[in-house]
Amino acid sequence: MFGYTLRRLLGIVPVLLILLTVSFFVVRLAPGGPFAAARALPARTRAELKRLYGLDRPLGVQYLDYLDALAHGNLGPSYSMRDDTVAQLIGAGLPVSATLGAAALALGVALGVALGVGAALNPGAVLDRLLTLFAALTLALPSFVTGPLLALAFGLWLHWLPVAGWRPDAPRYLILPAVTLALPLAASLARLMRASLLEVLQASYVRTARARGLGRARVLWHHALRPALVPVVGYLGPAATYLVTGSLVVETVFELPGTGRYLVQGAIDRDYTLVMGMVLVYGLLTLLANLAADLAHAWLDPRVRHEPL
Amino acid sequence: MSSTPPAGELLSAPEGLLSIEALRVRFPGTNAPALEDVSLAVGRGECLGVVGESGAGKSLTFLAAFGLLPAGAEVSGRARLGTTELLGLTERALDRIRGRRVGLVFQDPMSSLTPHLTVGAQVAEVLRRHLGLGARAARTRAGELLERVRLGDAGRRMRQYPHELSGGMRQRVMIAIALACEPQLLIADEPTTALDVTLQAQLLALLAQIKREQHMALVLITHDFGAVAGLADRVAVMRAGRVIESGTAAQVFGAPRETYTRELLRAAGEPPGVPAAPSAPAGAAVLEVSDLEVRFAHGTGLLRRRLFTALESVSLELAGGQALGIVGESGCGKSTLTRAALRLVRARGGRVVWLGRDVSALAPRYLRHLRRDLQLIFQDPLASLDPHLTVERLVGEPLEIHLSALPPAERLARTRSMLERVGLEPALYGRRPHELSGGQCQRVGIARAMILAPRLLVCDEPLSALDVRAQRQIRLLLEELRGEQGTSLLFVSHDLALVRRLCERALVLYRGRMVELGPSAALFERPLHPYTRELIEAIALADPALQPARLAKVALGEPPAPLASPGGCAFRARCPHATAVCAEQRPPWVSAGPGRWVACHHFGQWADGML
Repeated sequence: MFGYTLRRLLGIVPVLLILLTVSFFVVRLAPGGPFAAARALPARTRAELKRLYGLDRPLGVQYLDYLDALAHGNLGPSYSMRDDTVAQLIGAGLPVSATLGAAALALGVALGVALGVGAALNPGAVLDRLLTLFAALTLALPSFVTGPLLALAFGLWLHWLPVAGWRPDAPRYLILPAVTLALPLAASLARLMRASLLEVLQASYVRTARARGLGRARVLWHHALRPALVPVVGYLGPAATYLVTGSLVVETVFELPGTGRYLVQGAIDRDYTLVMGMVLVYGLLTLLANLAADLAHAWLDPRVRHEPL
Repeated sequence: MSSTPPAGELLSAPEGLLSIEALRVRFPGTNAPALEDVSLAVGRGECLGVVGESGAGKSLTFLAAFGLLPAGAEVSGRARLGTTELLGLTERALDRIRGRRVGLVFQDPMSSLTPHLTVGAQVAEVLRRHLGLGARAARTRAGELLERVRLGDAGRRMRQYPHELSGGMRQRVMIAIALACEPQLLIADEPTTALDVTLQAQLLALLAQIKREQHMALVLITHDFGAVAGLADRVAVMRAGRVIESGTAAQVFGAPRETYTRELLRAAGEPPGVPAAPSAPAGAAVLEVSDLEVRFAHGTGLLRRRLFTALESVSLELAGGQALGIVGESGCGKSTLTRAALRLVRARGGRVVWLGRDVSALAPRYLRHLRRDLQLIFQDPLASLDPHLTVERLVGEPLEIHLSALPPAERLARTRSMLERVGLEPALYGRRPHELSGGQCQRVGIARAMILAPRLLVCDEPLSALDVRAQRQIRLLLEELRGEQGTSLLFVSHDLALVRRLCERALVLYRGRMVELGPSAALFERPLHPYTRELIEAIALADPALQPARLAKVALGEPPAPLASPGGCAFRARCPHATAVCAEQRPPWVSAGPGRWVACHHFGQWADGML
């Protein structure tokens, strides 16, 4: 298993390189450039700026320069927020976004698995029907609707939680954004979990476990749950992608100082280096999430283990 | 069709342990009950054989008695274990009986063990639950139990997962779990159906021994009369949810009352006759294979791919109109041989000649039009048919591919006449495979293969997935078609008795090597290789007067693992006659009489009783 993990980790490097290469050229295909929009600058100043950032050089040379800097851990300066480097911007925003993402993931998995198991144990009962309703609602409503609705209910009417903003020492600020982000995830996972557990409960080995008189609880937790989790874990890769894109909206709705806004703003401002930095971070996160999902799958099912642990 | 015997007769078994009376099961959404008025009794220490075809309600009866039916099933009647009434017990109360007082073993050991738990953990779990043993004590006892069921190398096996064990080993584990708490009753539901003849015999012999030593009652649910004959004291025959006949084994086998029982017995116990002589004298060779070698890569190592030799220096020749049987246990390379001979898997070495044409070097795309003359029938009739197509499309499809010039009306006429020939009703022509029975599916498979009037028909265990009666019908159909069309037959089976009925010659494979070849009747009468003899002795005879004694002679343990060293005879670890020379030299493939070949250093001596 160790060798497998190592190979997969090494495999991330070429994938990232392809991702960066494609992004590098695609963002430069878009019309305009970093200093085109903001203010009408004198042509001389603009040329000077371009020279300063090396943007006057041939594209291939710029690409190699970027890779060279990256290899030395330098993500370059931001063209739109000129007081900061890209690394500083990401360093400031990522902890907020990562905390939000982790909280939403944990909440989504916990809620999804619990709801799914509950619904599968008594198909057609109240909980099962509530799940159907819950899934339909949360999957249909975009988070820029659910977010403000939650803020309205729990912030403005009940005064339980802050409506927006962020303070690093106050987890209260995280609750509403994390719930908003987690709800659709929980709904998807619950439906997966329900279907999967229902199928596993029909399996021959579950009937055999019952025939051994092991008791309902033991059969469920020990024999049925782990195989039933396989599709849920398989969804963690796509879930990571959802969390990344979802966080853009949620961070805007709740005015969180995360990195989500940089991806949109960087693209609008043609802030090439910032966009590249974000692509790198989110690409790496997505690849790592997929690796984690595969490793978890191997843990759940000994038949897919490639090598002895 | 029949009247159920009075309950009094069934309860006459001494010291009734399990008694089921007037059991009725109905599933919601269906009109007809799945079980109707089923009464059965099992006495202490006795073995009841429950026989019948799939869907007769054999398993259902016992699942219903022990509360294992899916929720929603309506169960009525009575089922008593000792003095406990089972129907209507709470789940909790049933859990104190299941696994403790009653052990259950199900048919498919592949899917009946929990895949993510080690074998040892699954045995220990039952001991901890029912006997309250601690973790350590449970592990020790689990090891002992696995040794009791003769699982070789039990200590290592305990730490393995089910998928790392063979089918036979898994079934031993299932039996060990069922026996863990020394139950009064063991219910074995088709315990050997998915297994090889040799493994079947070993497991049945093991069950017989355990039953005797522990004075345990046994219910053997099976469609195999041979299995019942070796073990059962009493027999009940079920059909369509009812018990239609029951009595002592001698009564049911010796003087069956019902026509249906007689039909089943005839299908199972037909004396091995001489195969029908081919209508035409042997023609030119249809298939020639020489020095075939096939290797498979296993493991996913990036740099070093380990290779597994599936077939090694296999040669055979099949003349027109002839039938050759290929026999051996699972993993011996039978299926690989047919696939390599049809060029469906790539051979690493050797020559394959179809109808006089060397095809070993031809690229697959040049083979397509040649394939018309070589057709294949698979083991699993349902899985080998496209689920989207109707029966008529399935059977007509080969004509569309190979005879595309044929006018549609003519194509349809040929399809219909073929369907009629294999005995399929016109009402079935518009159905899809999942709407057919196993036997009907296999008829479709045969019609599809035979519609092009191939020169060679390759059958890979075509009967294994079928009920006894369907087996007999399909076998007769194959014999007839062969007689009519003069098709050659390459027939793969682990059942030597079947091969003897159908094929003039038989080739025995062991671990990818040829061990014996000869006329099937002679091979049967006087096997020259010890492995062939083992296969013959493992055949279960449907005769309760003979079979128990034969079963008592069967070795109980797993066959020893093959030896790592490549030299010498592959069979020597299992061979009772092996000597020093067997370890040193590979036995040569030598002629041993008219049409007979064998690879054994000592064939002359041991077969004549000198070793």
